[in-house]
Amino acid sequence: MKKKILEQKNGGQKSPFAVSLKSICKSFGPVRANDEICLNVSSGTIHGIIGENGAGKSTLMSILYGFYQPDSGDIQVDGKAAIFKQPSDAIRLGIGMVHQHFMLVPNFTALENIILGSEGKMGLKNGLQNAKLKLEELKSTYGLEVDLDNVTEDLPVGIQQRIEILKALYRGARVLILDEPTGVLTPQETDQLFEILLALKSEGVTILLITHKLHEIMAITDEVSVMRQGKMVANTLTKKTSPEWLAEQMVGRSVLVNTKYESGKVGSVALSADGIGVTDKRGFDSLKNATFDLRSGEILGIAGIAGNGQSELLSVLSGITPPSRGNFRINDKIFDSKNHCSPGLMRELGLSHVPEDRHAEGLVLPFQAFESVILGYEKNPSFGTGFFTKPEQIQAHCARLQDSFDVRPQNPTLISSQFSGGNQQKLVLSREISSAPKILLVGQPTRGVDIGAIEFIHKTLIKMRDSGCAILLVSVELEEILSLSDRILVMNSGEIMGIVSKANTTKAMLGKMMAGIPLEKAIEEKN
Amino acid sequence: MQASRLPRYVDICVIPILNLLTALFVAGIIIAIIGENPFTALSVMLKGAFVYKGGLGYTLFYTTNFIFTGLAVAVAFHAMLFNIGGEGQAAMGGLGIGLVALSLGGILPVLVVIALAILGSALFGAIWGFIPGYLQAKRGSHIVITTIMFNFIASAIMVWLLAGMLMAPNQMSPETISFQNGVMLWQFHDILNRLGFDIGRSPLNLSFVLALICCFLVWLLIWRTHLGYRIRATGFSPKASTYAGYQPETIIIITMAISGALAGMMAVNEILGVQHRVILNFTSGYGFTGIAVALMGRNHPLGIIFASLLFGALFQGGAELDFEFQTITRDMVVMIQGLIILFSGALAYMFNPMLEKLFLNEERLKEPNND
Repeated sequence: MKKKILEQKNGGQKSPFAVSLKSICKSFGPVRANDEICLNVSSGTIHGIIGENGAGKSTLMSILYGFYQPDSGDIQVDGKAAIFKQPSDAIRLGIGMVHQHFMLVPNFTALENIILGSEGKMGLKNGLQNAKLKLEELKSTYGLEVDLDNVTEDLPVGIQQRIEILKALYRGARVLILDEPTGVLTPQETDQLFEILLALKSEGVTILLITHKLHEIMAITDEVSVMRQGKMVANTLTKKTSPEWLAEQMVGRSVLVNTKYESGKVGSVALSADGIGVTDKRGFDSLKNATFDLRSGEILGIAGIAGNGQSELLSVLSGITPPSRGNFRINDKIFDSKNHCSPGLMRELGLSHVPEDRHAEGLVLPFQAFESVILGYEKNPSFGTGFFTKPEQIQAHCARLQDSFDVRPQNPTLISSQFSGGNQQKLVLSREISSAPKILLVGQPTRGVDIGAIEFIHKTLIKMRDSGCAILLVSVELEEILSLSDRILVMNSGEIMGIVSKANTTKAMLGKMMAGIPLEKAIEEKN
Repeated sequence: MQASRLPRYVDICVIPILNLLTALFVAGIIIAIIGENPFTALSVMLKGAFVYKGGLGYTLFYTTNFIFTGLAVAVAFHAMLFNIGGEGQAAMGGLGIGLVALSLGGILPVLVVIALAILGSALFGAIWGFIPGYLQAKRGSHIVITTIMFNFIASAIMVWLLAGMLMAPNQMSPETISFQNGVMLWQFHDILNRLGFDIGRSPLNLSFVLALICCFLVWLLIWRTHLGYRIRATGFSPKASTYAGYQPETIIIITMAISGALAGMMAVNEILGVQHRVILNFTSGYGFTGIAVALMGRNHPLGIIFASLLFGALFQGGAELDFEFQTITRDMVVMIQGLIILFSGALAYMFNPMLEKLFLNEERLKEPNND
């Protein structure tokens, strides 16, 4: 089908390329985010753009939809030169953006969100009626099922994304940019999204898909471009390539994709949770009746879509919030709503915690690296005496950690915010591991981290497990869970759907559980 | 407080000096408009502040007040708290000194009473910082609002006490009786007189030394202790502080108490050093000027010493201007102070974008040479 469209377009007067970028450069201060980027996107195709975090993908797309202006270079839309001073210029020429983090007003209905900014003139009612008619047509053409009168915040993430897509189409987008669209979706929702994208393609919409997930590129794109360190390093037809080759292009060297690690030698129970529940300030039960054992020498993976109680679980076990119900036990010490625990006490008991949000929690961004690297451990006698800290000793300690965890640049006095995502994560990990914990809670260890660092972090976690540490791993990346865990616990709406050993499960089954089907039912459905 | 992209020395030295010069430039224009020579005026100001007999003493006396209130604002600011209650905390500090000196003077040895009086000022100031801190931490009442309100409350309490229970008998002004039995801090001109030097009379007293000691202690607290580490972590990122187990609420309360104690000690200079009795309104705006001092001093004790010296010179030199020129009144001097606060406080970062362009361009030009 793609060929047909291409031939049609070639036959006509129109340019074969919906969008073409020529020698685009963009610098931020001394950093070259985009360096002489050339890109041709054929009309009516799905074009993937892949690259590590910080490779310049988002900057390039921001230039394409008019958010940034390039320092030099040309943009052509349908063969005609275009200059975008602001996003409205781009949308006028039919280029629409679907952001990674949705730009929706939570308490508006789907319809209100879609027409926001193009409501028409005075008097909203007429505009709403007209919009509804137009949207019904769009919905049926592209198979975008959305109930327009529902309030946005009550809708699942997958539907919210459809609203974003409809928003772009409603404004007449013929080129759709999707920035990391699957990051927040269940496997099932991802499949549905891909169906929608294929429907869009068959109607002649051109799609630019930005992602760092290789299998998505292989599954759906026609062509793929690889970015590395601000440069475009490869352009090719997807069917002519392989995931391994793409990965190599992304990082400039071969990496292991989805290594399956050996299982660990499981020891005694290190932490035992019994019916933990959390009721938040609004009276909502965000964590319900969590009961499980964590043993030394194993990695227990917590799978689930973000916001299904994983954060609350980490927060309780690390001592930050007391449980509302139930209790948990470490070394015969029982903690419940009355018997308070604190993060400091947890550290004394040998429990370390790599938090989910390294920017807000794991590091103090304006601190120098050596200050961030003692967060929570500043009273350790090797960092000072009495009430006082000894900056020289802490700097030396930080330099040692940076050396053994390969943190670059190796500079203890650099401000924490000036390290890249992967190096920041290594700083946090080095701090939490250097206390030789018996229990390690890890939240989203590789979110926004480049492939090279992912491999290092994974190997470090496996090494910790093999040395007898009990690891609780929370991640929204199913591949990561499957690759590292010995057992997998799936959560949905604050409840545990089931605990399975890695050997006895499949991605499809985990997907069902993530979508809210308990283990027993998931097995029944399978049979 | 954001991580500036400028070299450190530019941030610390060039920008404050640039702001100061701009303020003086604008003030010079205004002095020229009213028909005086701005350069003559500047020279009179400088001579009044540093050269004339006793001038330096007065300058350093004012400097002492600004150091205390500036440190108070700075300590709170490290926890991202905006303590505008320096006035009230200083007033309460004065009350603390008065209560100790009037009740214990003559009963305990003089030195003990002086030490207790200093502690009293710190304690009363600390209480006046503690309450807004507690309300912010536990009740979420905004610290800016509560500290402003507490200025009014402190002022009302002082009027009530000084015109009532504590008022000296048989006279009409709202003040206590003078402290008896030599409960006071020695003044420098007295000390030096006895050693055979004559520096001219000025109210400069040992509080100045106390202020410098406090500067060192604050530096030690903020950058060399566990508590200081926790204060800064909480200021930059309350979430990280919670994660680390520092309990931001506790840190906020402790920080506000320390801040209040420093502001309260301003009363040591005024009450124990000069007045030797508690009077009304002895704080006369020093608490508010402390905000500008802290801003200009970049919340660092060393910077605060220099900023305090500047404002002290301005106070003393300004008084001289008023004295020497018929056309320049006290109000004109207040206006010049206002300009300096405007340019070094409210517009502190006005020149940043310009300087950033200048310095970053220079760096870019240097780059090819390195390749």
